[in-house]
Amino acid sequence: MIWSDCIYEYDGSYYGLLCCVFDSYTRKETPVSIVAGELPQTTLYPLHTVETEAAHARRILKSLNERSKLAAELARRAYLTCLADREVSIYRMIRKLYEEGPAFLKNPADPAVYPLHVAIRQLFGELEKLRGFIRFSLFDGVYAAEIEPKNRVLPALRGHFCNRFADQAFLIYDRTHKEGLFYAHGNWRIIPLDSFEMARPDQAEAAYRRLWKTFYDTISIKERENPRCQRTHMPLRYRTVMTEFQDEGYFLPREDAPGTLCSVPSCPVLPENGRK
Amino acid sequence: MELLDKLRILSDAAKYDAACTSSGVKRGYQKGRVGSTASTINGCCHSFSADGRCITLLKVLMTNYCIYDCKYCVNRRSNDVQRTAFTPRELAELTIGFFRRNYIEGLFLSSGVLKNPDYTTERMIETLSLLRNEYCFNGYIHAKAIPGAAPELVTRLGLLADRLSVNIELPSEQSLTTLCPEKNKADILRPMGLITNTLRENRHDLIRYRHTPKFAPAGQSTQMIIGATPDNDRHILNLSQSLYRRYRLKRVFYSAYVPVVEHALLPARDVQPPLLREHRLYQADWLLRFYGFTAGELLDDSHPNFDPRLDPKCSWAVNHLEQFPVEVSTADYETLLRVPGIGVVSAQRIVKVRRECPLNYDILKKLRVVLKRAQYFITCGGKAAEGLRFSDDSMKRALMALEAKELPEPEVRQLSLFDAV
Repeated sequence: MIWSDCIYEYDGSYYGLLCCVFDSYTRKETPVSIVAGELPQTTLYPLHTVETEAAHARRILKSLNERSKLAAELARRAYLTCLADREVSIYRMIRKLYEEGPAFLKNPADPAVYPLHVAIRQLFGELEKLRGFIRFSLFDGVYAAEIEPKNRVLPALRGHFCNRFADQAFLIYDRTHKEGLFYAHGNWRIIPLDSFEMARPDQAEAAYRRLWKTFYDTISIKERENPRCQRTHMPLRYRTVMTEFQDEGYFLPREDAPGTLCSVPSCPVLPENGRK
Repeated sequence: MELLDKLRILSDAAKYDAACTSSGVKRGYQKGRVGSTASTINGCCHSFSADGRCITLLKVLMTNYCIYDCKYCVNRRSNDVQRTAFTPRELAELTIGFFRRNYIEGLFLSSGVLKNPDYTTERMIETLSLLRNEYCFNGYIHAKAIPGAAPELVTRLGLLADRLSVNIELPSEQSLTTLCPEKNKADILRPMGLITNTLRENRHDLIRYRHTPKFAPAGQSTQMIIGATPDNDRHILNLSQSLYRRYRLKRVFYSAYVPVVEHALLPARDVQPPLLREHRLYQADWLLRFYGFTAGELLDDSHPNFDPRLDPKCSWAVNHLEQFPVEVSTADYETLLRVPGIGVVSAQRIVKVRRECPLNYDILKKLRVVLKRAQYFITCGGKAAEGLRFSDDSMKRALMALEAKELPEPEVRQLSLFDAV
């Protein structure tokens, strides 16, 4: 039987993507494009909306792991990247695995794997930078930070920050993907959050910001100044949310009494180790 | 004095210390304690200052009061600068506050010598034990051992810190006697040897008794100032090599001398710091530690200094063309490491991938092996890179051209009719 071409819509979740693989096999269709949410324009290809069913996704996950742990890991990581057509690239890799077996995964130059490797390398680079560059501010017992990453980094950053700051309550807000990682008392959640604005700092927080800025400015040796080297290690796009590159207003404290909660969303109740 | 001013003065006084790494120790979160060290053995950079150097630790002096008068040092007794000191509690609060905001990996604590080395070390121990025991800080701590301090104090310092360092600063006895008449070589090497021995004993004890407290688990390092004295590269590199071998140092840092004070024995204040020389020494240092080179292979009597136009590995390869080209599909790991342009990561990737599939230039490129230098020294499947034609001379010129943009502009001189040609 000949497989027909079509376009898939899915809900954007990882399980949803795995269900696309499942549906493609049950319906004997090759998706030429897989779109999260709704397709913006009309198309000549037949369109199918994939329903996310946990049971289907788990079957795919199980068979992936049986064939190759490496492929399962590759798919999971590539899903977090900002690769333009990541869904179809992941689909092609999985399809090739089912058709040919896992041998091709060992060849990093294989066309089904190479784009995934490149994207994942970029994701890892961003993760490494962000582990250092994230800046928390303390608001009424909750440490809050904002980031503007290219990739969906929160699931991958979670381990590091929940381990290091296990005794803090914190929130990292991802402006690009509009979601937040909440953590308190050993429990975490990654929750979609449409908007988030950091409040003006209280006296103590403003003082810490200024201390850090002072330290940052002092520690550089004037005779060795080298902006090109600095830019290589710390590209400009990361600096938008870093304390040491903010303008004067960022270091001024609020006038009102310190300690009142402004616009930090209250931490949701976190009853158990959750997975979104 | 305000904390802000203290921080400004004491970080300004500490900035000439090149060491700012949080590497060498992996310690996860422990219940009831604050923080962890980096999740990778390589440490973690939290920012980069305007000079392009990584900021990972809160690098400060305990105090910039000092009884010594070392000529090259900005904190010398006779220099007219504002003096101050942190109290242990101020510093502990600051470290915890910075750490919790993810500004830093930990603390780098050095100090000017107040009253005497023992007293100074005791103040540092007081700070670190406050930080470790009362504030339960579990992050990274790098502490300077003060030459001349009692051995038991250095041991106590090492039990609180992750890494210890003793700065050699001047690479020869002669430079030391001219520029720091109050110090001598033995005073500096004694604590270094002590730390090395304690580390060895501690490792032995850890095998026998699991709960032995760890002494400086990230080892020890040192620093040398480059360009303040007439010592040549060969002397410096040989010294580094023997420090790595004899004292088992984790790192030797090189710091291009920035003229901070006017003195007849030192370079003038308008002299630029020798950044390129420092860079070449770091490159050679890496060759010693990770690439299996020895100092004698890189420099000898006829070449006591590095060629500024070529990196040390290229220089070596150009002078040993009989060992090239190397066939990447069959050469062992150690041979691959000797190819200019192939680093530890590339060599590991090549060795791993060639077990699974035959190599070609396309795969090398996709493995991100940088070929612009390596292409002159390798064959892949018996072939040279496509379209590559070169003679020994044109290769040398091409290699130098690759480096040229990193080099400072050649000085432009006005032509004169009367110049002797």
